[in-house]
Amino acid sequence: MRKIGFSFSSLKETRFHEYVARFFFGGVCTALAGIIARRYGPVLGGLFLAFPAIFPASATMIENNEKRRKQEIGADGTQRGRIAASIDASGASLGCFGLAAFGLVLWQFIPQHNALATVMLAFASWTVVSYLLWAFRKG
Amino acid sequence: MSDILIRFLVGGLLVSCFSTLADILRPKSFAGLLGAAPSVALATLALTIHHDGKIYAAMEARSMLGGAAGFLVYALGVSWLLRRYRPSALSAAVSMMPFWFVVFLGLWYALGATR
Repeated sequence: MRKIGFSFSSLKETRFHEYVARFFFGGVCTALAGIIARRYGPVLGGLFLAFPAIFPASATMIENNEKRRKQEIGADGTQRGRIAASIDASGASLGCFGLAAFGLVLWQFIPQHNALATVMLAFASWTVVSYLLWAFRKG
Repeated sequence: MSDILIRFLVGGLLVSCFSTLADILRPKSFAGLLGAAPSVALATLALTIHHDGKIYAAMEARSMLGGAAGFLVYALGVSWLLRRYRPSALSAAVSMMPFWFVVFLGLWYALGATR
């Protein structure tokens, strides 16, 4: 299994407008989830808490960053960028099980227990389930 | 109005934080996990509990399971499409969006389409 690490150099590769786009899409999606919940109730509103709104922008950024990196050393990088986006999407699919665990813990525990403790437990569930699935998949 | 503005600001901030963390984490398959982080849910929970109570938040959380199922189908579809046909990431991500809606609508009706 590959070791998990950090690469801070990628922060410099992300352009300012890309940070702004993330903030904007994240904000719009969160606001819309609230508006939909208020207008149509929590059943429909809750579904939008797991809407992949930011995903197209993130996938495009990953593709562009990888492409840029390859172009700097004289290669085309188009195919490499698309494979990188595919790997990211594959990772996100594992994260969906964690997202379901997050929802399940909240649904089952929040009515009777302390809200902050339940949210922390739900977030821990997302982290553990996502990580374990990733670790087992990688072998 | 201020409630929507707060949601916008907190949501934007949280999504940005998770995205930036995904940028710096390696390997990419691990960083991809953050693509399905509960950032929108985390951003709205405090306000939801404050305004509508814990039972309302629990109902939203139950529906999140349906949204997560739709997201799973969507992410697997995008990954497959990019590996198999190599379109641009944006085309793949946008063209697969109907699959999230199909799973989402199916589950919405299965849940009874009630408030």
